[in-house]
Amino acid sequence: MSAVAQVAPAADWRADFPVLAQSVHGHPLAYLDSAASAQQPACVIDAVARYQREDHANVHRGVYTLSHRATEAYEGARDKIVDFINANSRNEIVLTSGTTESINLVAQSLCRPRLHAGDKIIVTHLEHHANIVPWQLVCEQTGAELVVAPINDQGEVELDAMLDLIDDKTFLIGMAHVSNALGTVCPVRKVVEHAKARGIPVLVDGAQGVPHLDIDVQELGCDFYAFSGHKMFGPTGTGVLYGREALLEAMPPWQGGGDMILEVTFDKTIYNDLPYKFEAGTPNIAGVVGLGAAIDYLQAIGMPRIAAYEHELHDYMVGELKKIEGIRLIGEARHKASVQSFLLDDIHSHDLGTILDHQGVAIRTGHHCAMPAMQRLGISGTSRASVALYNNRDDIDRLIDALGKAKEIFA
Amino acid sequence: MTRQNSETQDLYRELILDHSRNPRHFGKLENATHTADGINPLCGDKLKIYVCVGAEGCIESTGFEGSGCAISVASASLMTGTVTGLHVDKAEACCMEVTRRLTSGNKSELAGIDLDKLRALDGVRHYPSRVKCATLAWHALHAALNNETAPASTE
Repeated sequence: MSAVAQVAPAADWRADFPVLAQSVHGHPLAYLDSAASAQQPACVIDAVARYQREDHANVHRGVYTLSHRATEAYEGARDKIVDFINANSRNEIVLTSGTTESINLVAQSLCRPRLHAGDKIIVTHLEHHANIVPWQLVCEQTGAELVVAPINDQGEVELDAMLDLIDDKTFLIGMAHVSNALGTVCPVRKVVEHAKARGIPVLVDGAQGVPHLDIDVQELGCDFYAFSGHKMFGPTGTGVLYGREALLEAMPPWQGGGDMILEVTFDKTIYNDLPYKFEAGTPNIAGVVGLGAAIDYLQAIGMPRIAAYEHELHDYMVGELKKIEGIRLIGEARHKASVQSFLLDDIHSHDLGTILDHQGVAIRTGHHCAMPAMQRLGISGTSRASVALYNNRDDIDRLIDALGKAKEIFA
Repeated sequence: MTRQNSETQDLYRELILDHSRNPRHFGKLENATHTADGINPLCGDKLKIYVCVGAEGCIESTGFEGSGCAISVASASLMTGTVTGLHVDKAEACCMEVTRRLTSGNKSELAGIDLDKLRALDGVRHYPSRVKCATLAWHALHAALNNETAPASTE
């Protein structure tokens, strides 16, 4: 299709990712599990290695050259993140180990001291466990109630029903930007509009949003946006909590330790300013340097261009999947990112995953850390193929062929 | 047939596919003296094992219910066929032997027990992520025979 040629030279992008140039079980690797963890381009791998070889020291404290360089690299990455999601200031960018830690931070620092019995936290039925369990924990600790907004059979959040749940007892709303299991792009903006009118903070789990969408947190209007480096072609163990400055300012520190203090005596500790108040201990400096390089990489291409390419490839994948007899697509929302779950005949997803692996095709199988979403849809799990900028039509064709082989084996 | 295809078919042998499609001793055992649940949190596989042990310590009948992948269902089906009629001590020895075979590949013979059919599970050893599927039913049997109340888990 000409759209592909217009949108992107995917072959060039693919060559940026060294891991993809290998064979698995005698077949070229078709990596279709970027929603679990995206591969890293050479520029990210090299940035991390160069930092380790040339610049490493602890940040924020040394008076020597290496420490200055490490601090510059680390804080430089924070500035890139500010720009990447259009935050208002670097005080709003807390560096964490990942989305999970970011959400736990808000649950424990914002919610735990202020939640009362009878208060409500609203999430949707399609959330990843990382946007369910931290709220369950804080509800157990405070007597607050976790309330679940319904989804329909297509895997879309039922917006009106969700908005009806918002009341005077609602303390916070947590929702995914993009469902990791179903690919649904959720109506975050509309929820934010309603919540804002009542002064209720909204936390967006953006783990699957940042790799696919052009994120502007100010335009989105959310109070918190949590995401992970490794879903957006950066290293594992890196993540971000964007928080509106006024809210972060009012929140107590979550973890205590070095770097988050200005002065410590046994009588009293004075906490550091934002964002350092929330960054106790030596951070994942090398990882954050890699995350900065990943942002450079994405911005050089441009997120709108990436999204357009992925959409075209996703549509191709869905079209080809639909041609297979016995396929059942799971997650058919109108607004989707390039993530597609499916079932094939009555073949268990783990059997399918193993057979596909033997064709060199890597997909994710199981409940995708979204067991409540699976329960809602009446299934125990799915097979899921997710598409990133380095995938191409050949990967999709290989997926389709491998599914055909699985059908033969289980015929 | 390519080498890769034959490897896949080494795992999904006809006997495995047959037992997963038509599991033997499938269903609840009303007169069970021992039961246990087996769960594999990674896969979402869930099995319930039923065992009826007679006065002499002999397993008179077995059954299982639940859902899972072809490997876990076939292994459960093969398990019930293997241990029905055995003394509980021998059934326990079977659990140990199967787990050893699936994890290390080392095989021992157990006197008086026909483990021939279990060779169908040999291919699983080469799939580290799938070994737990195959051992699930055997862990659950062990838990049932030892009256463990917590579900047997592969984790």
